[in-house]
Amino acid sequence: MDTSGGGGHKKGPGVKKGKKLSTRVDLTPMVDLGFLLITFFIFTTTMSQPTAMRLFLPKDVKDPNEQNKVKNSAVITLMLGKNDVIYYYEGDSAQTLKPTDFKKIRDIVIDKKRRTDPKDFVVVIKPTVDATYKNTVNILDEMTIDGVKRYAMVDISPVEYNFIKLTETANGVK
Amino acid sequence: MGRAKLPRKSTNIDMTAMCDVAFLLLSFFILATKFKPPEALSVITPSSVSTKVAPEKDVVLVTIDKDAKVYLSVSDANMAEKKAMIDEINTSKNLNLTDAQKNNFIRIPNAYIGAPFSQLRSYLDKTPEQLQNVVKPGIPAVDSTNNEMIDWFKAAANAFEGKRMNVLVKGDDAAKYPSFQGVIIALKKNDLMKFQVVTSPVPPPLGSELYNMQQKLGTKAVE
Repeated sequence: MDTSGGGGHKKGPGVKKGKKLSTRVDLTPMVDLGFLLITFFIFTTTMSQPTAMRLFLPKDVKDPNEQNKVKNSAVITLMLGKNDVIYYYEGDSAQTLKPTDFKKIRDIVIDKKRRTDPKDFVVVIKPTVDATYKNTVNILDEMTIDGVKRYAMVDISPVEYNFIKLTETANGVK
Repeated sequence: MGRAKLPRKSTNIDMTAMCDVAFLLLSFFILATKFKPPEALSVITPSSVSTKVAPEKDVVLVTIDKDAKVYLSVSDANMAEKKAMIDEINTSKNLNLTDAQKNNFIRIPNAYIGAPFSQLRSYLDKTPEQLQNVVKPGIPAVDSTNNEMIDWFKAAANAFEGKRMNVLVKGDDAAKYPSFQGVIIALKKNDLMKFQVVTSPVPPPLGSELYNMQQKLGTKAVE
C-alpha cells in the first residue's frame, strides 16, 4: 500500500527533508463505533414495542344447566391473596387451602396436570380484592407457560375469602 | 531455488468503504427510530411471554394507574370515532359540553378521559399541561352500581361499528385487582369478549412447557 501521501517530485539538496506524515487514518475504531451504535439502535427500536396478551372472556350463562360442568377431582383453584401469596386447593375442599408463591406455583400446576386427565383438567383463578393487577396478569401468563388449555377467572366467594382471611391471621399476615 | 517469489501483500484493508456503510446504516436507524411520545400517564406494565405486538390502529386504551384509577383514551388517528363517542356520551348523559370542551378530547393528541361524568365538564376545560398537575379522579369502575366504563365502552362500540376495535388494557404492576375486574365487567356487559393486555415481553422460562413447545416448532412464535 502506498503510504506516501501523493506528491512524487524530488526535492533539491538544499531543502530540508521534512518527515512526511501519512494522511491515512486507521478507520477500524470508527467502524467499530459505528456498528456498536447501529446495534444499539436496532435493539432499542424493536425492544420498545410493547406486546399484548390476548384474552377472551366467556359469556355469562345464567341457566345452571348450560354452565360448563367440571369434574371436582380435575380442578385446581388458585386464589390470589395479599403480598403476592397464592392460596390453592384441589377439588372443592376450600378449607384445605395451602399458601404458596409465584415461584412455586408452576410445579404445583404441572404436578396437578400430570395427575389428571388432560380433557378434564381445569384451573380456576380467583383473584381477591387484595391481589394486584400484576398478580392477575402473571397468573394468566403462567397458564400459557404451563400449557394449560382450560382455565377460568372467577369471582371469589365470601366463604373462600373468609378462609384466606383466617389463614392470614393464623400466619400473622397483616 | 525454484520457488516462486510471492509478492508480499499488505494486511491493511481500506476501511473507508466499510465506515461509509456503517454510518449510512447508523443514520438510517437514527432517523427511523420513532421516539416514544412522552406519556401523560406513566404505567409500569407487567411482563408476559406473549410475542404478539400490541396493535396501534383503532385502539381503545384503558389505562389503570398505580392508584387503580381508570382512564380511557382512543388512538389519535380515529378522530371521527372520538367525536362520535363524546357526542354520544354528551347526549345520553345530558352533559351540555361545549364544542371547545369536546375538541379538547378530540383534537389534542394523547388526550384521555380521567373523570366521572359529573366532573367531565370541568375536566375537559383544562389543557393537557394543567391536567399534568392536578389530581385526576379517574373513571369510576370499581363500584358495580356506578360503573361508568360500561357507558364508555358502549359509546366506543357504537363509534367503531363496522371496524375492528382493539380494546387494550394497560395496567400498572401495583394496581389493585378490583379496577381490572370492573373493566372486565364493563366489557362483558357490552359483549366485547376480546381484549388485549399490554405487557412487556419476556422469554418463556427454560424447561417450561411453552419453552419446549416453542423449541419443537422452531423459532415460530406461539400465541
